[in-house]
Order: sequence, then structure tokens, then C-alpha cells
Amino acid sequence: MNLSNISQDKGTRDRHSPSNAPAGSTPDRSHQRLPAMSDIVIEAANVSKWYGTFRALTDVNLTVRKGERIVICGPSGSGKSTLIRCFNRLEAHQAGEITVNGMRLHSKMRNVTEVRKNVGMVFQHFNLFPHMTVLMNCMAAPMWIKGVPEAQARKTALQFLERVRIPEQANKYPAQLSGGQQQRVAIARSLCMEPSVMLFDEPTSSLDPEMVAEVLETMSSLARDGMTMVCVTHEMGFARAVADRVIFMDAGQVVEEAAPDNFFNNPRHERTKFFLSQILKH
Amino acid sequence: MLYQDTVETEVLVHKPSVIVSIFVVVLAAFLMFNLTDTTFGELMRLVIGEPLQSGFYGRFAIAFVIAVMFCLNLVLIGFAALRLQIAIVWLELLLLFLGFVKSFNLNLPFISENLPYLITQGVMTTIYVSTVSLIFASLIAIIAAIAKLSSNGFAYGIASFYTSFFRGLPLLMQIYLIYLGLPQLGIVIDAVPSGILALSVCAGAYMTEIFRAGIQSIDRGQWEASRSMGFGFGLTMRKIILPQAFPVIIPPMGNEFIAMLKNSSLVSVLGVWELTFLARTLGQPTFNHMEMLISASIIYWILSACLEVIQSRLERHFSRSKVR
Repeated sequence: MNLSNISQDKGTRDRHSPSNAPAGSTPDRSHQRLPAMSDIVIEAANVSKWYGTFRALTDVNLTVRKGERIVICGPSGSGKSTLIRCFNRLEAHQAGEITVNGMRLHSKMRNVTEVRKNVGMVFQHFNLFPHMTVLMNCMAAPMWIKGVPEAQARKTALQFLERVRIPEQANKYPAQLSGGQQQRVAIARSLCMEPSVMLFDEPTSSLDPEMVAEVLETMSSLARDGMTMVCVTHEMGFARAVADRVIFMDAGQVVEEAAPDNFFNNPRHERTKFFLSQILKH
Repeated sequence: MLYQDTVETEVLVHKPSVIVSIFVVVLAAFLMFNLTDTTFGELMRLVIGEPLQSGFYGRFAIAFVIAVMFCLNLVLIGFAALRLQIAIVWLELLLLFLGFVKSFNLNLPFISENLPYLITQGVMTTIYVSTVSLIFASLIAIIAAIAKLSSNGFAYGIASFYTSFFRGLPLLMQIYLIYLGLPQLGIVIDAVPSGILALSVCAGAYMTEIFRAGIQSIDRGQWEASRSMGFGFGLTMRKIILPQAFPVIIPPMGNEFIAMLKNSSLVSVLGVWELTFLARTLGQPTFNHMEMLISASIIYWILSACLEVIQSRLERHFSRSKVR
């Protein structure tokens, strides 16, 4: 960690040339622009990102509407995590436009807190606050960001811990829980902010097989309740069962975007076929 | 504690080869000194006859007895449990220290006569100066550490110049410069405030590095998690990063606090009536230097020991979130 951690959004430059028109102008996606604007939670149009000279994302287009469950998969290094980390501006994109809940993300924005309040994020390594109890982990953001009174924050926290089925662990510290329990706490922590969309960044990749199941179960139940979700995951069973759309990325580009049935049964692109054959082989 | 293996090794001092070599070394060491004219000689009178005329036989007998006692002591301690071992070793070293102090033939009534003043005036001033300096130093350090980590060129420049300058100058020099140099520019500061100023900026420079290292030791995932929930920089720092950096910071900060306590003795050159200054001036008129210097030393030691206790308490307190 150097200076980059503290100075958050530095060195980004958004381009607004006419050639970078929103994705809606391209014919194949125009139908997705027709529903009411309020229906769209996340809109990414021609998003590109570079790390130095390396191009991590190339003209990515993605629209997430209210209540949609989207799974992003692809080989490692394909830019899936980078993409969803752009959605709450943990990463900066350099070209194209990202709009979240009607707010455009850019390096000079003053309302980034407004965006982040409404976008929950679950990380591969949980990133719970180890010096706080589970309950406090869940109460912190509502109290400090939204100004929710303590009693009510506690009630909400317990309610969501109940929801992820670990209310009895409320007064323990994260280090005392198993990986699966920690990840469920992390989900509850995000839910306590009552976000309009949840981003999952490989939530099961660092878990034991048994714990993967309990976390996926929690995520499935969230999906059943109509939560808008964008999940980066390698859990193809989950994708098949829960996703409305599966997006396959490779080398920073969206290669294929399809409903799970089509995606798994007759993938169109060679790259997708190869990827699926690799991960479904064993 | 080091990470101990589950296989127990043989107690070192119970190995014959080890204990024999220790015995030989101790015997040889004490043979180099003639102890026949000391209390030891008197105690050995039954065995060696008139101590002063016992010659080499007396010298050897004394060294032999000391070596036997030393080794026996080691072997016996080897049998005790860990805590008891620590206690015995501490007690024995303390007794040796007291014996050493006693060999100065100190004037005890003189000490008890001056001790109350040494404490009420000297200790109080020392504690006052070092506490106030510590508070200022910590404040400076937090700000400077954040400045050093920031991407603001001005802040980084100022903070790195500050740490470089004040870590690079001897503390004594800083004290002189502030007390004697500033008045030439028309800024006159009293002895106590200028002492506090010098100690604060000096310790602050060292603490800056401690804080910086502590903040940097926190996983960037913590930043991301708190940022993803909408925490701003200040909130993240106060509620997430610094509380986690504290346990990391405590041991080096304990060092810094103890060093500060003792560095405050340098303020005595400004004529501040703190512990070291009083110890020197009270003993001077009657040439009872040793009495006062040793008393002051022991008081410094006790104060440092208190800080050590506080440090270990804090370490235990903050380790509670790490239990499994």
C-alpha cells in the first residue's frame, strides 16, 4: 500500500468525446434502454480501464435492472472483479460511462457516498473488521453513515444476522467464526445498509467446499427475495439455478451474454465453449 | 513467546557437560580475584583459617564454594516451573543489585531526609514534563504520519522534512537551540515549556515513523470494505484503521514512552527542577553524590517498570479480538 490507498480517486480522466456515445445508441441493446430509467440500477457503457499500459477492460457494456441476478464468469485475469469494483468506484474507469442509481461515476464526483450507501459489496476475503464484534460490524455503517439510532441499528443487524442464520454469533469476534460464517456476516453487514444492489466479488473462492454450500444457500435465498445481484463467481451450479443472465468475460471484454440455459447448453463462442469444457470437465 | 515445538528438549542446565563447563568458567573467573579480604573470607574463616593469611588455598576455596553454589542454584532452578523460574531469577538479580548498591556504603539517613523532596518536586516535574510532551508528540505523530502517507506533495514534503530534521539532531542540541537560540530571534520561552517543546517535536518525529508503519500494516481490504460502505477518509481512519493499528503500535510506543521518560532528564540542563537536576544539586553540597544519583536511578527504573506494566496490560486488552 502506498499513497494510492489514502488518495482515493486520483489520476482518472473521463473522456467525453462524441464517439463514446452511450451504449443505447448501438442497435442491439436499444431495447434495454426503453424501460423506465428508474428501473435501471447499473448502466455501464463502453467502459474501458487501463493499469498503466495494460488494458484491463475494453468497451464493456452492461445493464443491470432492478431485481436482476447477473453472474459474471471467466478465466482469472479476465477483468470480472475489476468490472464490478468499478461499479462502486473502488476502481476508476478511464473511458466510457458508468451510471449507478442514476448517478454518473467520475473522478470529480462529490456524492460517491450516496452511491456506495446503496451498493453493497461482498469480498473474496470477507474483509470484516476484526476489532469489532459481529454485531458491531453490522451496526457500524447504518449508525455512522445513515445516522440510524443505535437501538434501531441493533434491531436491524440482529434481523439480518437471523436472515443469514447466525444470530447466536452476534457477540463474537470475526476471528472466532469459520470462513463460511464470516462470509455470511459480511453479507449481513452489507444488507444492513439496505442497498439497492449487491455486488459479490468471488464470495466463495476462499472457502472450504462445505462452507461454499452455506454461503451459496444464503445468496440463493437473497435472490429469491428479489435482491438485485451482480456476482463474480466460478460456481456454475449457482449460476444455472439463480442467474437471469450469465456474462462471460475474457481479456477484459464481454465475450458472451446469455440466459443460463443458452449459456450452458449451447454457447456460441469458441472461447466460452473451451472455458465451460475446462471447468465442467471434473 | 516463540512458537514452541511440541517435543520437549532436555533442560539445558541438567546436561552434565553444560553444568561442568559453567562450573569451570565460574571457578576460573573467581580465581582471578582475591576475595579473602571481603565478607566472603570472613564467612569462610572456619575452613581457611585466618582469611588474610590463607594464601592461594583460601582464594581457591572461596572460588570453589562460589562455583558450587552457582551451579547448584542453576540446577535447582532448572527443576522449577516457568513462572517460579522467572520469579527466582528476578529475586536473585535484585539481591545482587542491592548488594552492589550496599557496597557504596550509602548514607541512608541522608537519603530518607531528601527523598520526600526528590519525589514531590523532582518526580512530579519529570512526570509532568514527559506526560505533556507525550500527548503533544502523539498528536504531532498522527498528523505527520497521515501526511507522510498522503499523496499531497506539500504535506509529504513538510512531514518528511520534519522527521528527517528532528530525528537527525541530538535531543540535547534541540533543547539548547530552542532555549538559547530562539531568544536571539526575540522569542523567549521559559525553561519548562521549551523543554516540553523540544521533547515533543523530537519524540513526535520518531513516533511518526511508528504510526506510519502501523497504518501501513493494515490490509488494504479493510480500506476497501469501509470505503465500499460509504465511510469517508476520516471515519475510516478513526474507526477502522487506527484501532487496528494500535495493537501493532503498542510495543514500539512503549519503547518511545520509556525513552521519553528518561530523555526528560536532559531538560535538567535548562535548570528545570526535575529528578536528575535535583539529584545532582541535592547531593552536591555535602558530597553525597552517589546517594542521590542512585535514588534517582531507582525512581526512574520504577517509573519505567510502571510503563512496562501498562504496556503489557494494553497488549492483552487489544489481543482480545484475536482469540480463536
